[in-house]
Amino acid sequence: MISRIKHFFDTFLLTELVRGMALTGRYFYARKITIEYPEERAPQSPRFRGLHAQRRYPNGEERCIACKLCEAVCPALAIQIESEQREDGSRRTTRYDIDLTKCIFCGFCEEACPVDAIVETRIYEYHGEQRGDLYYTKDMLLAVGDKHEAQIAQDKAADAPYR
Amino acid sequence: MPNIEIDGQTIEVAQGATLMDAAHQLGIFIPHFCYHKKLSIAANCRMCLVEVEKAPKPLPACATPVTEGMKVRTHSAKAVEAQKGVMELLLINHPLDCPICDQGGECQLQDLAVGYGGSASRYAEPKRVVKEKDLGPLVATDMTRCIHCSRCVRFGQEIAGRMELGMIHRGEHTEVMPFLEQQVTSELSGNVIDLCPVGALTSKPFRYSARSWELGRRKSISPHDGLGSNLLLHVKDNKVFRAVPRENEAINECWLADRDRYAYEALNSSERLTQPMVRDGDKWIEVDWQKALTQAAGALRVLRETHGGNALAALASPHQTVEELHLVQKLMRALGSEQIEHRLAQTDFSGDTKRKGATWLGMPVAELNQLQRVLLVGATLRKEQPLIAQRLRQATKWGAQLNVVHAADDELNCRVANKLIAKPTAWVNALAQIAKALLEAGASLPAEVAGQLNNVTVSDAARAIAASLQDGERKAVLLGAVAQNHPASAQLQQLAAAIAEASGAKLGFLSPSANSVGAQIVNAQGAPANDAKGYLLLGVEPELDVHDGGQAIKALDQAEFVVALSAFKGRVMDYADVVLPIAPFSETAGSFINMEGRLQAFNPAVKPQGEARPAWKVLRVLGNQFGLAGFEHDSVEAVRAEALPQGEAGVAARLDNSIAGVALQSLAAQAGLERLGETPIYQLDPLTRRAPALQRTQDALDAACAWTNGGVIERLGLAAGNNVRVRQGGAEAVLRLCRDDRLPDDVVRVAVGPLTAHLGARFGGISLEAV
Repeated sequence: MISRIKHFFDTFLLTELVRGMALTGRYFYARKITIEYPEERAPQSPRFRGLHAQRRYPNGEERCIACKLCEAVCPALAIQIESEQREDGSRRTTRYDIDLTKCIFCGFCEEACPVDAIVETRIYEYHGEQRGDLYYTKDMLLAVGDKHEAQIAQDKAADAPYR
Repeated sequence: MPNIEIDGQTIEVAQGATLMDAAHQLGIFIPHFCYHKKLSIAANCRMCLVEVEKAPKPLPACATPVTEGMKVRTHSAKAVEAQKGVMELLLINHPLDCPICDQGGECQLQDLAVGYGGSASRYAEPKRVVKEKDLGPLVATDMTRCIHCSRCVRFGQEIAGRMELGMIHRGEHTEVMPFLEQQVTSELSGNVIDLCPVGALTSKPFRYSARSWELGRRKSISPHDGLGSNLLLHVKDNKVFRAVPRENEAINECWLADRDRYAYEALNSSERLTQPMVRDGDKWIEVDWQKALTQAAGALRVLRETHGGNALAALASPHQTVEELHLVQKLMRALGSEQIEHRLAQTDFSGDTKRKGATWLGMPVAELNQLQRVLLVGATLRKEQPLIAQRLRQATKWGAQLNVVHAADDELNCRVANKLIAKPTAWVNALAQIAKALLEAGASLPAEVAGQLNNVTVSDAARAIAASLQDGERKAVLLGAVAQNHPASAQLQQLAAAIAEASGAKLGFLSPSANSVGAQIVNAQGAPANDAKGYLLLGVEPELDVHDGGQAIKALDQAEFVVALSAFKGRVMDYADVVLPIAPFSETAGSFINMEGRLQAFNPAVKPQGEARPAWKVLRVLGNQFGLAGFEHDSVEAVRAEALPQGEAGVAARLDNSIAGVALQSLAAQAGLERLGETPIYQLDPLTRRAPALQRTQDALDAACAWTNGGVIERLGLAAGNNVRVRQGGAEAVLRLCRDDRLPDDVVRVAVGPLTAHLGARFGGISLEAV
């Protein structure tokens, strides 16, 4: 009986409409979180996991020592490494490929790396026009690293106290 | 027998056993580094400390003998504290370079550090750095990683027989190093890689090429010497990355000769033949299998029709499988040819009709360790059979007397009781002397042999050998590859058999190749001739495999058509008309019968490279091409069942070394310089010939020289170290002359190899002159 009376007044006084409009009104005046990409960008953590890069030491020597821990830890089996002894006797990769179409950007490779050679940068705006374009080889990864080294080093430094 | 209690479990163990043995029997693991079941006890790593009740301090389990009523706790707080303390000490100077260490992932120190190591080091001082050592082309070193367990040192002393590595200095300055910056030359040196619990000693050819966790393990059998060592091939991406021993106490124990360990490199050689090819004048054209097989079969069919079946001959390598050898002899016999041979280095076939079965070791391999008296005839043992040499070395440690008849007084790295070193043509006489000495000492010699010894004068050395053989029990007379390839091989065998019978010893043949016994069992042997019109070569490199390489090349050059089934390019491309790529042992299924008559089957570890195919399939299809019946096998098992209907039991029934009725005609030695032509350790088969690391070893370099003693060098007015012209028959070669005063007079050691392939037979007159 009571519910029937309540239903009568709800219908008669359009309370649902009023509640709906109130929500609309609240968001109408609330602070906006939408950003106008690409003119505006969302803030990023130093731990952001975007496109991979291979780093070098300041003297230009590549960091990677072909320990293959990243290959072993990669859950998507996206990394392919071949290694050999370089002429100077050091352990180096002859092949270091990441298939970005397989990669799930979990960041385990970066975690596993004992020399901070493979890192995930803040870059997320990259594309391939063919499937093969997203198959990154060692040279491509080193080029990404060379280009963004300053940012990578800064991010690593920012995250260092928490490691 | 004492009863003891370990971790609450009681066990009765043998008197004199150690706590480590007892724990092992109970399946309790005690962490350790320096302890190894095949080596003596050093107790210097201290990792196996355990708590023993009533003992004031923890005791090392590997060096503590059990006593009645002992109560041991391996995982108590006291024991674990001691073990953790030792681990911390070991890690003080161990570098944290696991990511670039080849041992990473299969490292005992790494594994145990997970259980017993701290999460961080308390040691902040600089770590010790040790200078690198050059141990040769096979073993890579990172001596900074060494934890001084001394396993490699003990291996050299106890197993390899020569202490090539030693420890110098004390405490933190301890270093393992070779003597006076020498390299390690042992033919078993690769085993120190397996023994090293850390990454101080690793494989040089394998260096940095893969990690242990990404490699698949495939069982296989070594295709080199007649022992048939059990292997594990480590594979990745359809490629063999390394070979390591698979433990088999009856055959190779836990060891592997360097030849078995490093020959895998040839499997990935750029010389691999991967496409069928046919000759067009001077050019080679790559064709498909269909065309190559049609052409091969067509040409052989024409030769058979014009010249008869016996104008075709097959040379098969005794390193091929039982199945392949069975099919090649079946094919040749079906075509009407008896000209099939696998004993390519042999010259004397007169014993064939005097023998009843296939020659073999005459006893299980494991029995070699228990022998008390051994007569070794014509065996360059360490180079022919590195692991058999190791077993005989263990026997001599327990008091066995090793007697040697050979043309070179080579170092066997063990005590040799008596030796009779004579040039090859004097060997029949040498054995006759021993036989006569036995006769004179009252032993009963077979009458037919005794009757032929009247004109033999017995030397003191022969008398000593005879006395040694008459004594003791569990004896053997072993014939090596040099004796088997000797021009008077049948006479040597007859005398060896007589000596064995007179002294109560077993007669044994040290089969030089992986499948020497199997080839005899499937009867891949007949009447070899040098004038065939058409040749079928199965895995053979005639210039190096056949006893007279120069003659072999001439025979192949004059032949009208040569079909070569080969895994490799090389000289074969000079004389063949069709080459068919076949799969080496790692890429095919098959079986070998080793020298003790054990049938060991194996499966492919990887897929064949390119268009290469298993040889048994190629031979089967060749049979189909000729329209022959009985070539319908659809699996390697079907071929094996046909070749060996009763399996291993059938093999055992056909093994028989006895020989009778050979006349002794070569009792007088010849005058003048003689060649001693052995197959060097790293020229045994097409695989070892193409293993780059093996070819850089001292053994391989030595084999490319001409060796003779100082007297001969002086008499001929030559100088050691210079090049000399070696003439034999009509051929000559220029080799470096080296001096070895352990060779008897008039012997020139010129091994078979690429430089000497065209010289004449492996034995016989030879001359040296200055260049």
